[in-house]
Amino acid sequence: MEQNSSPKNPLKTAQKKSLKNSQETDRKKFWSWVWLLGGTAYFTIPLIASFDFSLRAEKNVLGFKAYASVFQDPNFWGSFTFSLGAAIATIFLSWLLIVPTTYWVQLRLPKLRPWMELVTLLPFVIPAVVLVFGLIRTYSTTLLNTRQGGWVLLTAGYVVLSFPYMYRAIDTGMRAIDVRTLTEAAQSLGASWPLIVVRVIFPNLKVALLNGAFLTFAIVMGEFTIASLLAQPAFGPYMTLLSSSKVYEPAAIALISFALTWGAIGIVQVLGDQVQRGKPKPLADPR
Amino acid sequence: MGILRVTVVDSRPLMVKPNEPGGRSPFRFSWDWLGVLPFFGFAVAFLLIPATSIVIRSFQDNAGSFTFQNILDLRQQSILAAYSVSIRLSLMTAIVGGLFGFLMAYAITVGDAPKWVRSLLLTFSGVASNFAGVPLAFAFIATLGRLGMVSGWLKALGWDIYAQGFNLYTFWGLSFTYLYFQMPLMVLIITPALDGLKREWREASESLGATTFEYWRYVALPILMPSLLGTMILLFGNAFGAYATAYALTGGRINLVSILIGAQISGDALQNPGLGNALALGMVAVMAVSIAAYTWLQQRTSRWIG
Repeated sequence: MEQNSSPKNPLKTAQKKSLKNSQETDRKKFWSWVWLLGGTAYFTIPLIASFDFSLRAEKNVLGFKAYASVFQDPNFWGSFTFSLGAAIATIFLSWLLIVPTTYWVQLRLPKLRPWMELVTLLPFVIPAVVLVFGLIRTYSTTLLNTRQGGWVLLTAGYVVLSFPYMYRAIDTGMRAIDVRTLTEAAQSLGASWPLIVVRVIFPNLKVALLNGAFLTFAIVMGEFTIASLLAQPAFGPYMTLLSSSKVYEPAAIALISFALTWGAIGIVQVLGDQVQRGKPKPLADPR
Repeated sequence: MGILRVTVVDSRPLMVKPNEPGGRSPFRFSWDWLGVLPFFGFAVAFLLIPATSIVIRSFQDNAGSFTFQNILDLRQQSILAAYSVSIRLSLMTAIVGGLFGFLMAYAITVGDAPKWVRSLLLTFSGVASNFAGVPLAFAFIATLGRLGMVSGWLKALGWDIYAQGFNLYTFWGLSFTYLYFQMPLMVLIITPALDGLKREWREASESLGATTFEYWRYVALPILMPSLLGTMILLFGNAFGAYATAYALTGGRINLVSILIGAQISGDALQNPGLGNALALGMVAVMAVSIAAYTWLQQRTSRWIG
C-alpha cells in the first residue's frame, strides 16, 4: 500500500520514492512471510504430530484403530452427551438471562448499562479455578448436598463463563437493530411484553444469538477446570482419565476436540461475515 | 478452562462505550427494575456471593473470627514459589507470545500478505485461542513428549533433547505450550489496532523525510504502545488464570497458584481452608490489577484508533 505515493509530489521525487518504496515493500514482504511461515510451522506441527501419533495404535501399521477405540468407548459417548447437555442448558439459560436484560437495559434503564458491562466482565477477572472454589465453598452445605446439586452448579458456572461472550454478541446485535422502534411498532399492534421479546426481539437477533451459542458451545465442550473440580462426568475430565490409561487415544481425541472447536468457531466466523455483508459499513474492524 | 477467549465477534472486547441517552428517567420509582432482576439475581448468587465469600473467608480463622493470619501465611516458601512461577510463566508467555503475535499481525496488515492468508490466520487464531486445556496438552505430548514426533526427529539428527535436560512437563515445556493460545489471542486483538494505523501518518512522516525505522520509532509504536501493552497484560492474565492446560500437561506436578488452588479444593492440600481462600484472593487481586490496567490502556488507545 506504500506504492500509492501522493500524485501531488513532483515527478522526480515520486520516482525516487517509488524505487525506495518498492525495495522496502520487498523487504516487508520477505519478513512478513518469514513470520507467517514460522507461525504456520508452530501451529501445524503439533496437529500433524497428534495425527501421526494417533495412527500408530497398531504395531507397524498406520491405521485408525485409536479412533475406532475412542468411538467404541461407551464412556466417550457418555461424557460427550453429558457435556452436550450441559452446553445446551448453558446456552438456553444464558440467552434467557441476557437477552431480556440487555433489551430492558437498552430500552428502559440505560443507567444500568455500566453495571451490566462490569458484571459480564467479572468472569475475566475471576479465573475458572477461583470461581469453582468460591462456588464449592458457598454451596457445600446446601446445594452440593442434593443429588442434582453438582450438575446445577456446573451449569451455573458455565453460564457465568459464557457471560462475556454472550453479552458482547447480543449487545452488538441489539445495537444494530432499532429496538425502540420495533418495540413501539409491536406495542401499537397490541403485543404484550413477553410476546415482544419472544416474537420480535429474539428473531431479529438470530445471528447474535447463534454467535454467542456456538462460542459457548466451544467453551463448554472442552471445559475441564470446573467439571473436574466439581467431580462431574464431563468430556474434559474424561479426556484426562483417558490419558492415564491409554497411549494413542489421547492424540486421537485431541484432534477430535480440535475439529469440534474449529467447527463451532468456523460457524461463528461465517455468521460474522453474514452480518458484515448486511451492514452498509462495518462498525468495528473488517475481520 | 481458566483462559480468556476472544474471537471473531468484536475487536474491542472490554471497551466501555458511552451509552446513548434515552429512556425514561430512572429516578422516578417504577417497576422497571423488576425486569433486570433475574440476571442480576443470578450474577449475585453464582458470581458475587462466591467471590465475596472468598474475600471474607480470607480474613477468618477456622472459628470464624477476624484474622490477618491467612494473608500473612501466604509468605510460606512454597506459596511464594508458586506465585513466582505463575508470574514468571505468565510474563514470559505474554512477552514472547505478544511479540510473535504482533509480528504475524504485522504480516497480515502492514505487510500486505494476501487476503486469503489474512482470513485464514484470523480464523485459525479464533480457533486456537479457544483450543486450550486437555487436548492442547495431548497435542504437545505427541509433539515434544518423550515419544513425540519432533523429539524423535531431533533425536534422529543426533540431538536428544531429553538427554540434555529438556522436559515438556516443566516450566519451559509449559511456556512453549501456552504460546499456542497466547499468540493467536495477540493476533486477534492487535490486528484491528494495526488496521487502524492511517496511511496519512506514514505519508506525512515520509514527506518530512523520515525513514521506516523513524516512522515506527516516533509515530507508529507510540500510537500502538497502549494497545500493545494492554494486550500483553491481557495475555498475562490469560496465562495466570489457566489451570486445565497446566494440569493436563504436568498431572498437577508443577507448582502454580492455579494448581495449588485446585489441589486445595480436591483435598485441602494446604491443610488450612483459610489459607486456600487467601491464595484465591491473591490470584483475583493479580487478575483485577491486570484487567484494570488493560481497560485503562484500552481507553487511551481509543483516542487514536477506533
